Amino acid sequence: MSAVDIDDVVKTYGAMQVIHGVDLSIADGEFVVLVGPSGCGKSTLLRMVAGLEDISGGTISIGGTVVNELAPKERNIAMVFQNYALYPHMTVAQNMAFSLRLNRVGREEIRQKVERAADILGLGALLDRYPAQLSGGQRQRVAMGRAIVRNPEVFLFDEPLSNLDAKLRVQMRAEIGELHQRLRTTTIYVTHDQIEAMTMADRIVVMNAGRVEQVGSPLELYDRPRNLFVAGFIGSPAMNFIPGRIVERQFRSPLGVVAPLPRGINAAEGTEVVCGIRPDQITLGDEGAPAEVSVVEPTGAETLVVLRAGGVPIQAVLRDRRQIRPGEAVSFRLEPEAMHLFDAGTGVRL
Amino acid sequence: MTLQQTDTAAGPRPAARRRLSFRTREKIAGYLFVLPDALGLLVFVGLPMLLALGLGFFEVDGFGGYRFAGLANYRRMWADPLFWQSLGATLLYAAMLVPSLYVSGLGLALLVERTNAWNGVLRAIFFLPQMVSLVVVALIWKMLTVEKIGAISRALSPLGLGGISFLGNPDWAMFAVVFVSVWFLMGFYMLIFLGGLQDIPKEYYEAARIDGAGPLSSFWFITLPLLRPTSFFVLLVSLVTAVAGGAAFDLIYVMTKGGPANSTSLLIFYAYQQAFQYNSFGYAGAIASILVAVLLLVTLVMFLLTRGGRFQYE
Repeated sequence: MSAVDIDDVVKTYGAMQVIHGVDLSIADGEFVVLVGPSGCGKSTLLRMVAGLEDISGGTISIGGTVVNELAPKERNIAMVFQNYALYPHMTVAQNMAFSLRLNRVGREEIRQKVERAADILGLGALLDRYPAQLSGGQRQRVAMGRAIVRNPEVFLFDEPLSNLDAKLRVQMRAEIGELHQRLRTTTIYVTHDQIEAMTMADRIVVMNAGRVEQVGSPLELYDRPRNLFVAGFIGSPAMNFIPGRIVERQFRSPLGVVAPLPRGINAAEGTEVVCGIRPDQITLGDEGAPAEVSVVEPTGAETLVVLRAGGVPIQAVLRDRRQIRPGEAVSFRLEPEAMHLFDAGTGVRL
Repeated sequence: MTLQQTDTAAGPRPAARRRLSFRTREKIAGYLFVLPDALGLLVFVGLPMLLALGLGFFEVDGFGGYRFAGLANYRRMWADPLFWQSLGATLLYAAMLVPSLYVSGLGLALLVERTNAWNGVLRAIFFLPQMVSLVVVALIWKMLTVEKIGAISRALSPLGLGGISFLGNPDWAMFAVVFVSVWFLMGFYMLIFLGGLQDIPKEYYEAARIDGAGPLSSFWFITLPLLRPTSFFVLLVSLVTAVAGGAAFDLIYVMTKGGPANSTSLLIFYAYQQAFQYNSFGYAGAIASILVAVLLLVTLVMFLLTRGGRFQYE
């Protein structure tokens, strides 16, 4: 196990810069998730840690050793790929043993290590099968087995659950979490799915356009997003954004929303702001800003309602069951203490 | 107007009743697509093969005289030392050509695998011989290898090898023919291997790099095994080319006429000689039948060993 230090790392392809000076310290044994939209540079950063992409600037250290010039095999890392990259012509056992074989580990030791990894992952009965004879979840497990059999210092996961169906994804999420609890190996996990990030990470790194927007624990990011991007990215359904301005220590929106400022906000009178409010912090009732119900999506435990207020869509999650229909006129209120205020110009949290 | 439409919609439409199911129509379309090629194969390959097989049981003089000869042509073959020499030459040619084409085709494909402008030019250069008539290729190489005055002989003379008659010496002639065959054919096999290489996802190589594989072990443990279907195809096609392909016949016809001392007389050339030089069409038919039978047998064995080019992991 080892700490990973990413220091002012830059990646360029010709004249195009795709990673702009990323700094990140990952502690020994920590589970860090890199999350962001497609093309934000998270996979590129992971591949730079793996040694599959050259580092154009800055340094990456694993366990205190700068690895910029080291080949992937010299970094003592293991990686699980999005499409698993299991060698199709090798059995499960051969796939798992491949790295050990290349490193000239003795046959008996290979057998023991493969069996131990297979036991951990419940792959014992599948060792003689080929990848094509396995289900998606089993392939995923073999890919993890191939990684853990080497006892690496760092695990790298590149969107490993994207090819699985929703149910299996939830199951595998739990299995990866369990595996990390058991092995406590430093893990960097890339995903574009913020639910995956929230449920698995010790810390989340939100990336956008090659830059780190915010680093923090899942609840820190959820409760105190640093800017509009993080606020919109973390949380599902996404946070609502209502434009407005500060007037007499109140947030006032042209949509008709009026709410006292949360404690600790000291913004100048007249400041243009964006109010962010999570859908579960919106209350429907007889008082408040007027809106029209546009869509109603009952999911059983809760109901997602999309309102239209002055042309702006507002999502609300209702925990109680109530009869509400599209086209109905309603009023909504915001919980003042749940409001997140951002500067309309810079997008930064006030 | 409305009534008419309602009637049509409600009542059974004769055209719809006669319509074939989608599946059947798909099948028919498939057969129709294959039909022109299948007809061509039948007329230009299948029928001549059957005729050759039939001819093997007759004595045919080439002037319309047919006489049933039973197995006489096959008995003659058994006792004909030139047949055995030709069979030996064919096996030697195939034994040298097939591995050479495999290695050169794969080597060139690996060399120009990456897509860039320079490799695009190289690919075109390596494929260029295929664009030239084989007869022209054979004539050019014949001129290049003429003893003492050919360009190759002159180039080799500083090394003391200028006096070698590559096509006139029985020890060298087969090597020369194989060399020219490889030079002519390797661009085609390069293309096939390029297709095979590009079908291997790059993630396997990345996973192998992380697992600790260098370029050589990646080639040995990833590239070669994953090229098995391509290799199967290359080996099969190059074997057929070596034994019965146009390249073998055209080159021999132009460059050596089977000589010197029958050292390059491949079976296909010997069958041609028997038919069109000695008017022994029946005997030529028997030789061709044996050639086809041997090829079919080898192909069958290869298919059985590899389940038709499929492999256990598929």
